[in-house]
Amino acid sequence: MPENINSEGYDIPPEMQQTVAITTLDKIYNWGRKYSAWPMMFGLACCAIEMICTAASRFDLSRFGMEIMRPSPRQADVMLVSGTVTKKMVPQIVRLYNQMPEPKYVVAMGACASGGGPFKGGYNVVSGVDKFLPVDVYIPGCPPTPQALLHGLMKLQEMIDKQSIKNVRWYKREPIEEIPIPILGPDLIDPRDLPQIRSNLHAEKNLGIKEN
Amino acid sequence: MATKSFSIDEVKENFQEINIEEDERKGYSGLIVETDKLVDFANILKNKMGFDYLSSVTGVDYLPDNMMEVVYHAYKSTGGKPMEFKVQVPREKPVVPSLVSVYPGAGFQEREAWDLLGIKFDGHPNLKRILMWEGFAGHPLRKDWHEAYYEEDAKPYKSRWPNGRDVHLAEDRNPYKKNVVYPKDFDPDKWNPEGEDALYLGMKSLQKDDDLKTEQIIVNLGPQHPSTHGVFRMVVNLEGETVKKLEPVMGYLHRNHEKIGERNTYLMNIPYTDRLDYLSSMSNNFGYVLAVEKLMGEKAKPTERAEYIRVIMAEFTRISNHLFAIGTFLNDLGAYFTPMLYALEERELIMDIFEATAGSRIMCNYFRFGGVARDLPPGVYEKMRDLVFDRLPRKIDELDKYLTNNELVRVRSEGIGVLTPEEAIAFSAAGPVLRASGVPYDVRRAEPYGIYNRFDFKVVARNHGDVYDRYLVRLEEIRQSILIIQQALDQMPDGPIINGKPQYQVRVPAGEAYGRVEGPKGELGFYIVSNGKPNPWRYHVRAPSFINLTALSKMCEGDKVADTIIILGSIDIVLGETDR
Repeated sequence: MPENINSEGYDIPPEMQQTVAITTLDKIYNWGRKYSAWPMMFGLACCAIEMICTAASRFDLSRFGMEIMRPSPRQADVMLVSGTVTKKMVPQIVRLYNQMPEPKYVVAMGACASGGGPFKGGYNVVSGVDKFLPVDVYIPGCPPTPQALLHGLMKLQEMIDKQSIKNVRWYKREPIEEIPIPILGPDLIDPRDLPQIRSNLHAEKNLGIKEN
Repeated sequence: MATKSFSIDEVKENFQEINIEEDERKGYSGLIVETDKLVDFANILKNKMGFDYLSSVTGVDYLPDNMMEVVYHAYKSTGGKPMEFKVQVPREKPVVPSLVSVYPGAGFQEREAWDLLGIKFDGHPNLKRILMWEGFAGHPLRKDWHEAYYEEDAKPYKSRWPNGRDVHLAEDRNPYKKNVVYPKDFDPDKWNPEGEDALYLGMKSLQKDDDLKTEQIIVNLGPQHPSTHGVFRMVVNLEGETVKKLEPVMGYLHRNHEKIGERNTYLMNIPYTDRLDYLSSMSNNFGYVLAVEKLMGEKAKPTERAEYIRVIMAEFTRISNHLFAIGTFLNDLGAYFTPMLYALEERELIMDIFEATAGSRIMCNYFRFGGVARDLPPGVYEKMRDLVFDRLPRKIDELDKYLTNNELVRVRSEGIGVLTPEEAIAFSAAGPVLRASGVPYDVRRAEPYGIYNRFDFKVVARNHGDVYDRYLVRLEEIRQSILIIQQALDQMPDGPIINGKPQYQVRVPAGEAYGRVEGPKGELGFYIVSNGKPNPWRYHVRAPSFINLTALSKMCEGDKVADTIIILGSIDIVLGETDR
């Protein structure tokens, strides 16, 4: 066992310490989850190459129980957004996120996924995946070295360790709302922005501002 | 400035009825062809003069002259200097005859010019957007088109330079707090999405080979698919398991390299080129600095030591890229990740050399105009020697022994995805794909750049043009690269690593230049137009993985759906370069 999962304040007889542990449900639940967070096999750009290197023998993701990369979102726990998120790709990314079962986590790997990075000004670039998805860990770097990625994943494990069954969203009574899928229009349309687009249209018409 | 490979009179003899003139703008070269006669010109050029390989098609927007220009670079597949020809059309009505009927390899590139610049190619069989989606507003590479976060035409932006006081988040200036801008009269309630019905409808084929009652189904592979090497998508029409029709769909990683590049200063573009083909950043650097050095002339001539370091780094890049390609090839065959681990083990050693020298594992940002950024740190020379004289040859032989005669590898890959030499040239395929089809064309030999003419190496070519041969070409190219590095390490002199002082701002005289190198994926070209300002006016990348995909449908049709995966893998695409 890599760490002591026993809760304090219980005396276990020495002869039983190898076989018996007394702990809280949260602790054992999180302990199991954090060493089996399977990432989705989902490479976007340059960062994906460093992700592959991290999974290979030198850095070895399996030390963290993460070597099983699932191509299907239905079997994945962690979405490693490894690279630039473009407007053309973001509907698929949101759809994949919606398809992942709870509990699910998002790691923004590298500058592009965190905030657009060097390509932020581009007309086809979404400036950060957090414009659409809730991000749990941001990893800086362009691309982050495998060491940085491992550090980010360890931070994710720490985060999982701190969660409690009492207040995690997937055990709440009310259903979890899906994230609306962006639409490819004349530019990327976030359905949550539609009211504002409409009101801007009318405001401009009232003011008489028109192109040419 | 490109040197002339022909005299104008000699060329004119071939074209009695077509008006051609020499491009006389300062710093420019090539021929300007009458727009209406372009197809006739190309036909004669190809069939009579032997320029059978159309390398690149570039659109340029000359806003001040109210003119659009399309620049073509054609080569002889036997080697030699390029023939550069252009057509000029007015900006309001940019219509150019399509060259797809003469050079099928122009297909994707013309679609790209239509998508990004709005140049219409008359007679193109499938003139749709390729990098952006249908329905996107505007043609973004036009000089008067501004993106949502537009600040100024060229960097460094005044807000950030010289004191950087008024820097705000770009989001704060946008009403939606996002990187979006809509046309003024855009009404989401009246707007009809274009969707992809047209694409799917185009995939339906009416012909049937037999009377069997089978159903055609249309399957999407990608953009999220474990075996498409990134965010690439293939729409496949299947009958049973046989591919009837295949259409590649790309642009899912289109990150506006060229638009950003035209706002950047020349030096700022070097780290961006790293992110083109992110498996081989050193080669990308090489191509870009070569093009700019052509414009800058003598004062940016690289020093002797720098030339050697460049060659060594570019060849190490080729080795690491081919190792990755071989690893993923086995992945695609179903040998999931174990062969990859062997290949990556060696690649990591090369990454260590890059990290020690350039400071970064895969984004090296190492080349500079007139030299390289840093000298080799202590210990790296010995490490390289150790690697190329001892370890790598041994390990490549080991890979060879494990894989080359493996029965499963051979059964799965022999005779699959065949491209004949004629087709390979017609589709403008480059690199290992071209050479595996029996065309021994390698830019390092055909038009040597840098100091490649000093080294003794073989251009690897094979004759079957199938997936297996492409694998063998890559494996043998690794051996040749090792040979080149061995010679370069022995000959490398001491001395300065850059010509003059390193500069933040280089002065680039007005003109155009096309620099090309033999990247690991094929011919990587950079077309740069300078107007004397600190930023390039036009910056275009001839991306080998993009153009090699032109032949993908041809290679896949008639094969099984499982084979499309290895055929795609054998082209060895990197999406950063395909979509740019």
